[in-house]
Amino acid sequence: MADQETFSDLAMVHMPSLYSAALRMTRNPLDAEDLVQETFLKAYRAFATFQEGTNLKAWLYRILTNTYINSYRAKRRRPEIADVEDIEDLYLYHHLPGDHPGGLGRSAEDTMLEHFTDTEVKDAIEALPENFRIAVLLADVEGFSYKEIAEITGVPIGTVMSRIHRGRRALQKALFDFGVARGLVSVPAEGS
Amino acid sequence: MTEDSRGDGGGGAVPSGSDPIPPFPDCDETIERLYVYLDGELTEDRRAAIQRHLDLCGPCVDAFGFEAELRRVIANRCRDHVPESLVERVAAALSRERDLQGN
Repeated sequence: MADQETFSDLAMVHMPSLYSAALRMTRNPLDAEDLVQETFLKAYRAFATFQEGTNLKAWLYRILTNTYINSYRAKRRRPEIADVEDIEDLYLYHHLPGDHPGGLGRSAEDTMLEHFTDTEVKDAIEALPENFRIAVLLADVEGFSYKEIAEITGVPIGTVMSRIHRGRRALQKALFDFGVARGLVSVPAEGS
Repeated sequence: MTEDSRGDGGGGAVPSGSDPIPPFPDCDETIERLYVYLDGELTEDRRAAIQRHLDLCGPCVDAFGFEAELRRVIANRCRDHVPESLVERVAAALSRERDLQGN
């Protein structure tokens, strides 16, 4: 049993990461703020059911994710990456300029990873289909384990892994396309 | 095509837990486990086997290093400043809720 009196002390520190996740999910600052407020209110009301000693951050994310899915998901439609089937694994690694594989010491600077702006990375994530977006966000930005993500999103671990994997492929392709659009990467002519 | 089906005939990163663990996995096997390795989700035996390969293989170390760096970049780029007004809004909402419950 968790005491409501302690809720603010324990939960408020998670607001920055919850707010960032809410922004990526809703893709809209006003909705993100509403979503965060609703999440905190629901969590406060349900705090007695929170098992002390378990992962509070994961519990808050479960409320955030469910609230988003139930209340916000259909509000805004934006073009999403339709098909990730044709995107190969390690897409960026194979397509970015830099040392060929085998060249040791290839760093972020060498490969222009550092040149991607905050906006480009955020846009690339926000363009992912919703299920992939949430899975990649929870895994790669928040660092949750597969098991935690399965609990947060309410799907089996195998599905979580599939979503993360496909989401990462689509994300790499989207980042590469930004690089091309900005002239950071030149696309070699086919067949050369 | 369902979400869980693989379009590439089995080359995805989702491992089956019952696969035998080769003592010295080759490059294909190592790259296939890359994400699960970086996610810290391999069993200890499997992780050790991948590590043995990485100890001897520059190209695979290179790919692993790139993906790890990419993940750091992505995570670092996705932080947003919380508006002070939101912090105040939530604090006020919680305080209102407390008062409502108290009466």
